[in-house]
Amino acid sequence: MKKNTSFMIKMLCCSLVRRRSRMAAALLGIAIGAAVLLGMVTLCYDIPKQMSKEFRSYGANMVLVSSGRESMNLDDAAKAVRHFPEGALVGMTPFRYIPVRHNMLPYTAVGTDFDAVKKTSPYWRVSGEWPAKENEALVGADIAEYARISPGRTLAIDGRNSKHAKFEANITITGIVKTGGVEDGFIFMRLPDMEAMTEEKGLADVAEISCSAGEKELQDIAAVVRTDVPSLEARLVKRVIQSEAAVLGKLEMLLYLVTLVVLVLTMICVATTMMTVIMERRREIGLKKALGAEDRRIAKEFFAEGVILGLVGGLCGAICGLLFAQFVSASVFDRSVAVEFYLIPAAIAVSVLVTVAACLLPVRRAVEIEPALVLRGE
Amino acid sequence: MALVVYNLKVEMLREVFVNILEIQDISKIYGTVNALRNITLSVQQGEWAAIMGPSGSGKTTMMNIIGCMDKPTSGSVILDGDDISRLSSEELTGIRRDKIGLVFQQFHLVPYLTALENVMVAQYYHSIIDKEEALQSLERVGLQDRAEHLPRQLSGGEQQRVCIARALINHPKLILADEPTGNLDEANEGIVMDLFRQLHCGGSTIVMVTHDPGVAAHAERTVVLEHGRLARITSNPAKDF
Repeated sequence: MKKNTSFMIKMLCCSLVRRRSRMAAALLGIAIGAAVLLGMVTLCYDIPKQMSKEFRSYGANMVLVSSGRESMNLDDAAKAVRHFPEGALVGMTPFRYIPVRHNMLPYTAVGTDFDAVKKTSPYWRVSGEWPAKENEALVGADIAEYARISPGRTLAIDGRNSKHAKFEANITITGIVKTGGVEDGFIFMRLPDMEAMTEEKGLADVAEISCSAGEKELQDIAAVVRTDVPSLEARLVKRVIQSEAAVLGKLEMLLYLVTLVVLVLTMICVATTMMTVIMERRREIGLKKALGAEDRRIAKEFFAEGVILGLVGGLCGAICGLLFAQFVSASVFDRSVAVEFYLIPAAIAVSVLVTVAACLLPVRRAVEIEPALVLRGE
Repeated sequence: MALVVYNLKVEMLREVFVNILEIQDISKIYGTVNALRNITLSVQQGEWAAIMGPSGSGKTTMMNIIGCMDKPTSGSVILDGDDISRLSSEELTGIRRDKIGLVFQQFHLVPYLTALENVMVAQYYHSIIDKEEALQSLERVGLQDRAEHLPRQLSGGEQQRVCIARALINHPKLILADEPTGNLDEANEGIVMDLFRQLHCGGSTIVMVTHDPGVAAHAERTVVLEHGRLARITSNPAKDF
């Protein structure tokens, strides 16, 4: 049987080499299919990592709030932040909200860390300058429009400190912030300035966290934070996370759709080539059947040719696919793609499957060829 | 002297063996065309029969049926004890593989395989390839020196001899030859007919389809078909072979 197997392999190789131009066309089709498959799948695997930086421009994807009624302690927040993986944490921004008045009208003043805001909320658009000195502040676009406040103006505000005593302060508006969200209705100042007015330190109402991680990972971190720092509650910002998931989902669907189309085209290319080859080899198939070859042996030979084509085409395509993924990643994301090596045999296996599937109809035609045609001299 | 010994041998075979092929009242109808009508014929083991007839007489249909590549519409065909008119397509493939050696007018060698490998193809589909045996078969047709040549490197006569070697490799009960000299020049025709004669002397049963009366005359009997009917059977003089 070993002799027969080696003889069959020899027949297959000779047959493939003899029709090398046709086989080259089929191989090219398979290789393109495998290249697109591996390239796209590699990108699909890598895109969430690639785009995490881009997604952080959406803003914070987790918030820390106090689990009780009182304000959150910033030391607790710092403790919670230690549970975020180093490198994935983009930043944490505390926010402290207090009611103030200006010209007898009520406003909400927010104390924060502007350097941290630039990291966690890069979508803030500031006309003017960011506050850098004592008693400098930003005013939301809605307030600026309503109260006709422009950068450079000093506002006199008053409010109540932690002891319910009245405080008064003058703040200089350095810029107008516009986000299209609730921020447009607030006055933002440096947290130390607010702490000086309210005479209380180390407190915040909410801390926004921006972290390059998926929903599952964030959920796990939130669970750990809840256990380790019971005074805090970590909540996922569903709006941001779901937007990220939607973008990734649509991108992945597009990539998979393109891959599917290319695989179908590959299948058509291989099926057409194999059909032509079988038509060209009608006499040879008829002869083999006349010599006593059963249908299953004819089918086995053609499927074996398909497997060889799938293996060779798949291997060539896999190599090209990795180069393609690297090229796309370098051009679009400006970084190299991480190669998942187990995808290479998977891409080759899919190529073999696609090729064998493409051979189904041609092989059916082959086994339908009548041996009698060799006697008719066709 | 040799001719006398040969004739004696043929007569001895006749006495010992029975009919290897028995065709009983077969007809073949394709749509509205009667390709064969009520043919009855038998071929004894070791016999050399030629089937002759003009184009459209039913020769090819007859070959297809004897060669297990088609079945009659009615009647029976017994080949070496098997009624091939009742067998399934798969069973007919088995009969073709085990009992019939086919020789074609156009040789039908696999172009990308050497002469030796072309002989081995028949072994491959029959059982297990045996290079030595395939070489012996080529030696039998005088082509041992051309074993590694591709078909395109062989003359028409040599290709036909490879085809004969391939037909012989599995020791068939019946050699079925379709116009074996139809594509050959006179010199090669002589070589091939001489080979058939040697095979016949060795006890092989040969059924040969030809349109050439000169070639048919080498056979012991000539079966003439006309319009799908058996017109006549003539015995050829012993001196002719």
